[in-house]
Amino acid sequence: MSVADGIPIEARGLVKRYGDVTAVDHVDLTVGAGDVYGYLGPNGAGKTTSLRMLLGLIRPDAGTAKLFGRDPLLEGARALDGVAGFVEAPRFYPYLSGRRNLEMVAALDGDGATGRIDEALDVVELSARAKDRVGGYSHGMRQRLGIAGALLRNPKLLLLDEPTTGLDPGGMRDMRLLVRRLAGQGITVLLSSHVMGEVEELCDRVAIVRTGRVVYEGSLHELLASTAGRYTLRTTDDARAAAMAAERPGITDVRFADGGLALQAGEESATALSIALGEAGIGIAALVPRTATLEELFFRMTEGDRDQAAPAEPEEVLR
Amino acid sequence: MTAHAVEAPHVRSRRPGVGTVYVWELRKLRAQKRTYLGLAAAFVVPIIFVVALLVDTGGGGPDEVPFGSYVRETGLAIPLVCLAFGSIWLIPLIAALVAGDIIATEDQNGTLKTILTRSVERRQVFAGKLLAAFTYATLALALFVTTALVLGGIAFGFDPVTLLTGTRVSTGHGIALIGGATLSYLMPVLAFASIALLLSATTRNSAAAVVGTLMASLLLQVFGALAALDFLDPYLLSTQFNGWQGMLRDPIDWSPVVRAAWVSALYAVPCLLAALMTFVRRDVAGG
Repeated sequence: MSVADGIPIEARGLVKRYGDVTAVDHVDLTVGAGDVYGYLGPNGAGKTTSLRMLLGLIRPDAGTAKLFGRDPLLEGARALDGVAGFVEAPRFYPYLSGRRNLEMVAALDGDGATGRIDEALDVVELSARAKDRVGGYSHGMRQRLGIAGALLRNPKLLLLDEPTTGLDPGGMRDMRLLVRRLAGQGITVLLSSHVMGEVEELCDRVAIVRTGRVVYEGSLHELLASTAGRYTLRTTDDARAAAMAAERPGITDVRFADGGLALQAGEESATALSIALGEAGIGIAALVPRTATLEELFFRMTEGDRDQAAPAEPEEVLR
Repeated sequence: MTAHAVEAPHVRSRRPGVGTVYVWELRKLRAQKRTYLGLAAAFVVPIIFVVALLVDTGGGGPDEVPFGSYVRETGLAIPLVCLAFGSIWLIPLIAALVAGDIIATEDQNGTLKTILTRSVERRQVFAGKLLAAFTYATLALALFVTTALVLGGIAFGFDPVTLLTGTRVSTGHGIALIGGATLSYLMPVLAFASIALLLSATTRNSAAAVVGTLMASLLLQVFGALAALDFLDPYLLSTQFNGWQGMLRDPIDWSPVVRAAWVSALYAVPCLLAALMTFVRRDVAGG
């Protein structure tokens, strides 16, 4: 098998329709080895449907999905060797204990998975409750058991669908630490989520989906950096400052916003403006460089024309 | 962008198969309370029948069914009468109880995705579930007949039995014939389990699958009772529950047994193929 075939996830033109609704609309995804890849989108954007297609649980109406070069639809369970994870909440048999559930999935995995049960339970800190029936587990414990079930497969690729959903803050923190630790061990992770902080904290690459379509795919750092150059300015005379800023070269998009001014400028232009304002006798209360958060970018991309980064009050664009 | 690539994970040559799925399906059945409902019914109904006979001091028996008039002469007649009564709804219901539930409940609980993202193929999962459902139906029928035989023997004695042709056979011979009759009876039972499995795979709803199978059983019996549809009678699955009576003749009349085999297969095989195709090709979108 060539190295090119070893791309952990390569989806091309994935389409899934339910009647008139197109849940996934020509989605392309490329997740490289070692990526911690955030798959972002609002509820109903098609994230879970995409994951189900990747795992071979549902058939795409068009397109292909390959895991390490293998198509689950064509190669069945063999395509999932080295791949683990869960879509939506992990589900287990409530009338069996946690350990018994893991014994079952380990038996269905083979390859010595049964011998990894104790270690997996330790990793997710469920050893003490392993003999209890899953029916009595909290949501967080089931999520952790889901991770344990995934680890039994000794995965090189982990697909996690909103693993922190429904967890309390402590549980969310623990889950993030766990994902980070697994990623640190070289496991490629695809993390579907709509929790921006989680993705910002864990992921290095992202795809943002909106109504079934990928509206951005690439480096998270590059995405955030693309919004650099925005400044917030508060002065003793905002009206004069705005007029001066609007006339200076290298400064654009000057607006009244957030009780001050917002403008787009390079670092040199911003510095020159601050000097000019001082020379004009205008005091500078604040000149703050501002980078859009992932959340702001997410809303811009997923809510069409609505600009979540904009202030609540109407803005007057001066230039 | 250029994605990093690595050598793909090794595809293993040794993988778990149908046997592993089958063993774990049995373990799951053993851990569920509903499993014991059907077994309890198979155990209790013969007890009720025998107790009712003992309480009824009138001295008669259910003469309208084969061996009904011999129930007080020998306990060997009890399982045969129970088989006749059981075909109306009890045995199809027990067969459907697990077969109708075994796929649908996984769908409803979302556990289907748990087992379908491991290292076994869908067809292997289906085969394991099919074998477990058949095992349960077989076990329930064996329990039903054994309970009736043992209790009947205790209540009315393990005496020789008179066959439908009037020949009287020894107790040992009679028990062997009852075993053969049970095997013949098992064929339509497994066919009903196959119908339940199909309904389980297609409806994705346990209750619908179990009730649907029971309705199918009752409907077939209604067809069998209509004089205008007499021509259908030999091909009705419900009629095949009577095939065992050929075993209780001297010499054994194999024709109803053979008919029970192929008519049962005629119902079961298309149902199982349709269920397999549905299961293998379906989208697992729930849970």
